[in-house]
Amino acid sequence: MNRRVFLKSGAMAMLSLGFAPSFLGRAAAAIGSHRKLLIAIFQRGAVDGLNMIVPHGEADYYRLRPTIAIPRPGGERMGSAIDLDGFFGLHPSMAPLKPLWDNHSLAIVHACGSPDNTRSHFDAQDYMESATPGLKATRDGWLNRYLQVSSEERNPLRGVALARTMPRSLEGRAPALAIGSVDEFGVRGGGAAFEAQYESATDPLLRAAGSDAFAAMRTLRQAAGTSYRPGADYPQTPFGKALAEIARLAKADVGLEVAFTELGNWDHHVNEGSVTGQIATRLDEFSRGLAALAADLGDRLADTVIVTMSEFGRAAAENGNRGTDHGHGNAMMVIGGNVRGGVHGKWPGLAEGHRFEGRDLAVTTDFRDVFTEIVAGHMGVSRDGLSRVFPSYVASSTPGVIRA
Amino acid sequence: MKSRVFTGFLIALVVAAAQLSADAAESRIPDPESRDDATITHVLNRLTFGPRPGDVDKVRAMGLASWIEQQLHPERLDDGAAAALLPPLDTAPASADPRELRRFARQQIQSLASEKILRATYSERQLQEVLVDFWFNHFNVYADKGRTAEYLAEYERAAIRPHVFDRFRDLLEADAKSPAMLFYLDNWLSADPDASERIDQMRTQRRANVFGRRPFGRLGRRVPVVPRPQPNQAGNPPQGKKRVRGLNENYGRELLELHTLGVEGGYTQKDVIEVARAFTGWTIDRDGTFRFVPAFHDSAEKVVLGHKIKAGGGIEDGEQVLDIVASHPATARHIAYQLAQRLVADEPPAALVDRAAARFRTSGGDLREVVRTIVTSPEFLASTVRDGKFKTPFALIVSTMRTTGATVSDAHALVQTLQQMGEPLYMCQPPTGYHNTADAWISAGGLVSRMNFATRVASGNMPGVTLPATLPPGDLALRLGSPEFQRF
Repeated sequence: MNRRVFLKSGAMAMLSLGFAPSFLGRAAAAIGSHRKLLIAIFQRGAVDGLNMIVPHGEADYYRLRPTIAIPRPGGERMGSAIDLDGFFGLHPSMAPLKPLWDNHSLAIVHACGSPDNTRSHFDAQDYMESATPGLKATRDGWLNRYLQVSSEERNPLRGVALARTMPRSLEGRAPALAIGSVDEFGVRGGGAAFEAQYESATDPLLRAAGSDAFAAMRTLRQAAGTSYRPGADYPQTPFGKALAEIARLAKADVGLEVAFTELGNWDHHVNEGSVTGQIATRLDEFSRGLAALAADLGDRLADTVIVTMSEFGRAAAENGNRGTDHGHGNAMMVIGGNVRGGVHGKWPGLAEGHRFEGRDLAVTTDFRDVFTEIVAGHMGVSRDGLSRVFPSYVASSTPGVIRA
Repeated sequence: MKSRVFTGFLIALVVAAAQLSADAAESRIPDPESRDDATITHVLNRLTFGPRPGDVDKVRAMGLASWIEQQLHPERLDDGAAAALLPPLDTAPASADPRELRRFARQQIQSLASEKILRATYSERQLQEVLVDFWFNHFNVYADKGRTAEYLAEYERAAIRPHVFDRFRDLLEADAKSPAMLFYLDNWLSADPDASERIDQMRTQRRANVFGRRPFGRLGRRVPVVPRPQPNQAGNPPQGKKRVRGLNENYGRELLELHTLGVEGGYTQKDVIEVARAFTGWTIDRDGTFRFVPAFHDSAEKVVLGHKIKAGGGIEDGEQVLDIVASHPATARHIAYQLAQRLVADEPPAALVDRAAARFRTSGGDLREVVRTIVTSPEFLASTVRDGKFKTPFALIVSTMRTTGATVSDAHALVQTLQQMGEPLYMCQPPTGYHNTADAWISAGGLVSRMNFATRVASGNMPGVTLPATLPPGDLALRLGSPEFQRF
């Protein structure tokens, strides 16, 4: 029944909006009007939040992790946590983000996560991306629902994932694109004959999608140019390239409101490492990428929020293989010009009695509270809209990551 | 007098003719014995992965009804030629090295995906393969979750394919007892929370028998596996003084929501828990086969959908749940709806779903009879539903191979293309499986990949794919990338 309604409303929306790529004109008019931008970055595989944002003021942290803890600031010659506020510190590989902290553009929400206790990667990712923990029947993602409620504009470049397949977060009936790269998004030879075919298609859904595709291709060719060079020093990795493409789209003013990309390989059950090793390598790429993105966005950072997330945290104690197993609470980062810097959220502590199921960092902030604050405070969605972006959930309080 | 009779006769004739043409205009239902090409093409589109050159003529010659009957009995069709084209599969390594297991898993997924494309392209048992794809998605498992990939080949071969024309109850049990499903939906870990002490005693007794660290090796010892909570990919058990062990609702919930009754089937959270309790102890043995371990089973009384399951039961508790859900009217309706959605229309005609659901009930869940009811119905043959379905990337790729009469000597590039198009085979994470409805697949980005795929195939630039020397006239890329070819 729900499905049927969903299908119908999707088709109706497409029909009522017609098939002329009219967004082109509007996108052009919007140049200089500073659209708000949200960039979501998923750390797939469950990053170890306790070694990323280090609670160096917590004695239990060092007791639970005899071989993999990040030393207290200034402690070791090999490297140590970069102090933030006397209690928390950044992993030393995250030094590129320290300038953002210093100018109050970096907010951290610790002990953040899902009310659902699953320790399954795929369930937890699914719940975070649908933003309906515990409910698998949800068909669309929270970012797509944002696109659905915020505007009727039929521009697939409003929501772009730099990813091979459409991530769950952006799935849904609002048009959005998943692309490997800007230059790859095109039909060999220009596709004029294909375009003519789709323009005269009797099928309204295919006519609309074809129209979107060719319009988006043209916009990208005109606005993004062909010999683009990134404006900052990104890591030479797929993740670095994806971030560079996001900045390219943001600067090209093609109507981008939501961008998404991901970085995997955080599932360090064995030999996680500490100030060096696996997690240090991943955090280095991650942080250099984010710092380059912030620098590349330049003035656009004022209208941008970058949010990082991971499906759950890892166990408070290290395991028998100098790694960490699946846990619960984690840390999210929020970066942007309109961000209230600092470490937010209530810290539950790592003493046994305060741990979730006796083993993991407890969750004191629902991840949807962070999403809600960004969607409302930054993207400007009304209370009514919020109830559609986050069905049957109302944030009782927000962590305060966005400046009022 | 004479003329009055004649006039009356004329009027009757005109009325009858008008009635006939009104009927025809309304439903445009052709005779099931029809031999017109449009009808034959439609039936081939839906019951196969697309007609090959010459298929329409072949079906016209043998008659549509007998061709359908043949497809409903795949065992009567010799499929040796297609089977000979399938590459041999590797066997799982005996080693417990997690890196080696990961490498094997990746390779196994690739091989099975190639095999699936080749089978769909070349098998004579086309309706069977269409339904294998349907039922795999209905009972989806995700190959990248833990050790699922190791159980995957057997899953499709033994749990799904032999049962697509069987009784639903038998398919359901084969699935419930398959290691792939037991692992994917975590039932192998599900235990009576009060059984902890019993289990600890068993573990102590058995410690001497355990070979190495591998949770279940192929060592041939019939030692019951001890469920451990959330094994990670490296295979090491989680930390913590006391192991968390208890009821896992994952399978119970999906059994009701996706596999049988459907999300609106009228079950409660209490039913989910009762079902999960009934399946405690259904786990995976060390040799990778199904095993029931009484020590993990919650044998207290359960009430499932109003049916009482008496205390003191063992494996039969779960089997009784399968009886209850397989014969539930909501299941008949849910399965009928889903099959009609795949075979007839994204929003299947209600009257047809009713008849198919009724056939499900009267035949005791005989899937051959349910499919027969659907594919011989006027609704299925009506011209109004023709070209109303949108091809999934898998259906598009296979129908492209079939319509061109291409030779696929190596399917790896096609497997790759499916990844890029967003339908990596065996890699659908959520238990819903891939959807077969248009709303899930029509997108701007998707169309661009389809046009590029068409161009690549038509220009002979798809590795492992060779086009025949002579092709029908016209621009092949434009035909394969056209809006019409995306539909079926």
